[in-house]
Amino acid sequence: MEIRKPASAGTLESSDAMVTVEPGTGIELSLTSSVMNQYGRQIKKTVLETLERLDVKDAKVTVVDKGALDCTIKARVECAVFRSCDKSENNIDWGGVIR
Amino acid sequence: MKNAVGRDIPDYLLTNGKEVYQGKNYMDGKYITKASPKTRRYEKPQESKVVATIADALRQCNCKDGCTFSFHHHLRNGDYVANMVIAAAVEELGIKDITVAATSLGSAHDVIADYIEQGIVTGIQTSGIRGRIGDVVSAGKLKTPAIIRSHGGRPRAIEAGEVHIDIAVIAAPTSDCVGNCRGIGGKHNCGSMGYAMMDAKYADYVIVVTDDLVEFPNMPASVKAIDVDAVVVVDSIGDPKKIASAAARISENPRDLMMAENVAKVIASTPYFKDGFSFQTGVGGPSLAANLFLEKYMDERNIKMGWAIGGICGPMVEMLKKGKVGKVIDVQDFDLDAVNSINQTPNHFEMSASQYANPANKGAFVNKLDFVVLAALEIDTDFNVNVLTGSDGVLRGAPGGHPDTAAGSKCCVIVTPLTRGRMATVCEHVVTVTTPGDCVDVLVTDYGIAVNPLRPDLIECLDNAGIPHVSIESLKEKAYSLVGRPDDLQWEDKVVAILEARDGTILDVVRKIKPYTVDQE
Repeated sequence: MEIRKPASAGTLESSDAMVTVEPGTGIELSLTSSVMNQYGRQIKKTVLETLERLDVKDAKVTVVDKGALDCTIKARVECAVFRSCDKSENNIDWGGVIR
Repeated sequence: MKNAVGRDIPDYLLTNGKEVYQGKNYMDGKYITKASPKTRRYEKPQESKVVATIADALRQCNCKDGCTFSFHHHLRNGDYVANMVIAAAVEELGIKDITVAATSLGSAHDVIADYIEQGIVTGIQTSGIRGRIGDVVSAGKLKTPAIIRSHGGRPRAIEAGEVHIDIAVIAAPTSDCVGNCRGIGGKHNCGSMGYAMMDAKYADYVIVVTDDLVEFPNMPASVKAIDVDAVVVVDSIGDPKKIASAAARISENPRDLMMAENVAKVIASTPYFKDGFSFQTGVGGPSLAANLFLEKYMDERNIKMGWAIGGICGPMVEMLKKGKVGKVIDVQDFDLDAVNSINQTPNHFEMSASQYANPANKGAFVNKLDFVVLAALEIDTDFNVNVLTGSDGVLRGAPGGHPDTAAGSKCCVIVTPLTRGRMATVCEHVVTVTTPGDCVDVLVTDYGIAVNPLRPDLIECLDNAGIPHVSIESLKEKAYSLVGRPDDLQWEDKVVAILEARDGTILDVVRKIKPYTVDQE
């Protein structure tokens, strides 16, 4: 998928994450987390894997994590990417790339 | 050298007879020589000890570079006094190389973090370490490692001369002109002044700071004029909103209540739950709510609580007034109901920190305790508890009376949710051991109860009462299955804090954390 415009998903509430994607060259990840020292590596891995699954090759991604579980982080990344190319309104590929 | 809880203590810390933790009651039967202060004689009668400013009092008390100040934390997060005194010492007298030996430090003392960063405050000895002080100490900015002690460990260390207090500062809600202090009767009351009592006895100089000078004699005094050098009257000793909350509310969170009910069930299943039993609980959500459910069992069996100790709050005072508890002995007050009750309600007494929890005296109250209900930031599969460092390795807690009551009581119950946000409370290895696992008996979580295998007698009690329980390993696995297994924290060699066991041996050290950054592989 191609990141066409800036979009974000999620909140800054405890146990959530705010994910913002913007057009970019290659994957450029910026991550801050309230559980950085224990889960930073896993969050990074989850974000990069989700982007790969969605076939996003070029994006500037900003994640502000407030202790979200992996499933939440995946969902926020997916939603931000879909919003960035106006595909979040209908015909979402449930069970396909979204799983 | 590895200690009895498996923590590696650097050999360079083991000087001057300092030992690593060897297990519960290791120091029993040993002797100590008590240290004594060098104090000034005031033979010539004095009409008044009131001096104009804190700076004047400090000069009178011979304040010089390298000074160790003591403070007590009854004004909690509303305290103005510690900051005022350190600021006067630094800004007006130009004092350097200061050690702050407080019974606890909180976010009220963030400005002290600036003096740490400037290299003026070079030593910290405390129970609680939070807010910016926790951050700067964790970042390795304090010149010497901070020394963290429990509420019982501190009076032990003072008596043993391991910390010598040059100037004790007493934040007094009321004082008379010669320094008889009380925690009540003034504008900003705190109730018990139990943590200040030992400091006043063992310090070379004692300064009372009050905002309510009352008529002589201010009786019954918590800190007495016989130990006081100077009295300073200031506009305000603290922020009343932060000194004592209106009333500690019993949680309405159903998860807390479920855990609290299980705590009460566990307690009621043991042979210690009989008429005249003794009890301490924290003021955290599920710990405090345990009171409520315990009362039901007491009524059912027609028994009363003999006595309760600790930090005291409204619900315990309520039980005292209803005659459901015989005596309340109080080292600190958490809400206005407790503040307004001490020495007023019959059988509500004040006690010193040493009387409360000191393992080196001849009979602290904790030693007679049947039950204590405590919280935890983390608990590991050896039942070791951490209440000092966050799961990210940063100092942000306090051992308080946790290790003392756990060690002294017959049945220590830890109550905590299995996870907090993404943090697994039940884990493989706690970041810092603040209470050794051999002192902890039962763990109650929202996903199940676990009993320490060291207590087969309690396992039998739960089985007989039909209370289901599981292994602590299975609780840990459950937690990790929810939040994922955390990576091990990365540390530098530098020790930023030494955690003393209550007996004075070294239980653990906290090193400087190496933060993870996303560019790191």
